Amino acid sequence: MTAVIEAQGLGKQYGRRWALSDCTLDIPAGRVVGLVGPNGAGKTTLLHLTVGLLAPTSGSIEVLGGRPAANPAQLAKVGFVAQDSPTYAGLRVADHLKLGARLNPGWDAALARDRIERLGLDPARRAGQLSGGQRAQLALTLGIAKRPELLILDEPVAALDPLARREFLQGLMEATAEHELSVVLSSHLVSDLERACDYLIVLVDSRVRVAGEVEELLATHHRLSGPRRDPARLPAGQHVVAASHTDRQTTLIVRTDAPIHDPAWTVSRLSLEDLVLAYMGKSTHTDHNGRNHRPTLEVQR
Amino acid sequence: MIWLTWRQFRAAAAMMAAALAALAAILALTGPGLAHDYSTGIAACTQSGCSDFVRHFFNDHQGPFLAVTAVVLVLPALIGLFWGAPLITRELEAGTHQLVWNQSITRTRWLAVKLALTGVAAMTAAGLGSLAVTWWSSPIDKTATNFPKMGPLLFDTRGIVPIAYAAFAFALGVTVGMLVRRTLPAMAITLAVFVAIQIAMPLLVRPHLLPPTRSTIEITTSNLDDFTMGPDHRIRVSAKPADTGAWVLSSHTVDASGHAIDSIPPSPSLSPSSRACAPQQGLSPCLAEVTRLGYRQQVTYQPSSRFWPFQWYETGIYTALTLGLAGLCFWRIRRRLS
Amino acid sequence: MEPWMIEFHLDGRSGLSPYLQLVRQVRQALRLGLLREGDQLPTVKEVVAGLAINPNTVLKAYRELEHEGLVAARPGVGTFVTATLADASLAAHGPLRQELRRWLARARRAGLDEESIEALFMTTFRTAAEEDIA
Repeated sequence: MTAVIEAQGLGKQYGRRWALSDCTLDIPAGRVVGLVGPNGAGKTTLLHLTVGLLAPTSGSIEVLGGRPAANPAQLAKVGFVAQDSPTYAGLRVADHLKLGARLNPGWDAALARDRIERLGLDPARRAGQLSGGQRAQLALTLGIAKRPELLILDEPVAALDPLARREFLQGLMEATAEHELSVVLSSHLVSDLERACDYLIVLVDSRVRVAGEVEELLATHHRLSGPRRDPARLPAGQHVVAASHTDRQTTLIVRTDAPIHDPAWTVSRLSLEDLVLAYMGKSTHTDHNGRNHRPTLEVQR
Repeated sequence: MIWLTWRQFRAAAAMMAAALAALAAILALTGPGLAHDYSTGIAACTQSGCSDFVRHFFNDHQGPFLAVTAVVLVLPALIGLFWGAPLITRELEAGTHQLVWNQSITRTRWLAVKLALTGVAAMTAAGLGSLAVTWWSSPIDKTATNFPKMGPLLFDTRGIVPIAYAAFAFALGVTVGMLVRRTLPAMAITLAVFVAIQIAMPLLVRPHLLPPTRSTIEITTSNLDDFTMGPDHRIRVSAKPADTGAWVLSSHTVDASGHAIDSIPPSPSLSPSSRACAPQQGLSPCLAEVTRLGYRQQVTYQPSSRFWPFQWYETGIYTALTLGLAGLCFWRIRRRLS
Repeated sequence: MEPWMIEFHLDGRSGLSPYLQLVRQVRQALRLGLLREGDQLPTVKEVVAGLAINPNTVLKAYRELEHEGLVAARPGVGTFVTATLADASLAAHGPLRQELRRWLARARRAGLDEESIEALFMTTFRTAAEEDIA
């Protein structure tokens, strides 16, 4: 299967600070990828590297087999909806569509017109007068109507009310189904992503903590609770992601491919949010350079 | 991209067009009358009355003269400030660069079209303004004895150099905007740098574009600039070269052996009680005596015949600077700029 | 927009993966007779637009139903119901139902309240299911 994003040791440094470090990804096509992480983790940096708004400081990244923003053909393959859905406040909705038509050879004018009509956006309205949800939908239309293979969205619903949020995601998923897009969607809330994503990347403190198909991650991660136990004494093959203890009880989040036979443990399923929180959890071993003494796990293929 | 550039530039272009149209209308209405007044006045004035006519004519029109000259002087700076600096900073501040640089054109092409179209508009505006003012003001320029044609004020605001200044100011604005990334600081820095360069050019570069002419002239009443006799009977005197449009770079009185002096030392034939320099005699015999004693004025100047060569040289310099800045912009826009 | 015979919903807290929830809802509809042979299931695009879920989820659910022989996909047209679960209707299991009623009555007499009965049933059900797998 062709990879839609391939990154090797990708890093971006600003002055002395590494906004993204040592990022290695291999994302297959046809997925809706959720990129989760707290604010400042490096999500926007990673997405900007993917669309070519930034150049890497170290490592490399290839999108759909080409260098990001290398030439018009490459730019046509990737659609981008940036944070806060920027639009030209002084230009009307119709002007934005004209912008898309003039600057993109692959522009689908009928699709754009239909979408605007169905959304109920007035073409004569200036973008500065639209609500947040309407601007997000306009930006999404611009991204979809150029008929890309990959659509990248940076926290598209963060500033939207719940109804606008739901409508945006519905529109996005519909377009994904109709045009067979690959999508990368970032958010600092897992709840936005749970329904839509089938591939997950967790980014914390400029590093990728986990990346893989959601189904596989949920199948291989379990919550174990039982009597107080030292996590280091678990059998090999069971990697501890997070641990918490009381006097009498230990609760572990582990990742393992094999079944768990120890009868002392109560095994339960994790929700996606639990999983993400486990990887995002407080790490007392992380120093300021982001060096983490917890295992960084990747999907085994 | 051409459509988008125009669409974003529309309002600014309209304002400039309106302002230029207003200026052109005023100049067109008053220009012919001005030229007529001048030509009839010159034809009618007698030998000695001409200097009076020239003085009166200039004083009558000094206000508008300075006003239109100021317009041409300030126009390039305004272009740099309002067309150049916000070109990129506006997109960065609104975040729309994330939208437009993701369309199917490269950043290089985006910048190229924007620079080319807006740059041409800038040069056209400056050119029209300069052309109109040069035409309208030519009678007054001939009577502006304190503002020689080669001097900094008129040289900067006539002919073709305003076009080059406008292109340069525009390119400077865009470059500063790209480096600073915020509109107001970019505008301030652009203005500061542009003003500094506009002061540095006549101060440091223009005097040396061609070796200046140095000549030693006799001081007579026709080229006398200033004559003062102090209480100690020392005479301070200076003269201007015959070429009234020349740009005098330095001027000092020299004695018979060629040494520069501040003032002519007192001597019996040059005292108020002498036959030559008695106050009621007029200056002519006194100056003749000064000349007889060997005093001359040594002037270093750029003659007005070099007006057009200098205009082309300076246009060339500013064009090179503009192209250099444009190159810097193209190089820079392909790097990190998010 | 065509009126679909079935409208899907997702329960985020049910613990079941979304595609299984869709499969279940189709089977339930078949059981209750809401879906009959020849009816068309909503298109992937319609489901996704309504629920804002991943299209692959719907595709997987429909493939599972097809695997179970309940539906068939006609390329370019849609996915259609090919069988019913009416034969497996609840009415056919009269004796089982009666046995269950008797057990419920016994549990109530033993002093268990509703929640305890449900908990007892669910844990036993799950343990038995796991033992079957293991």
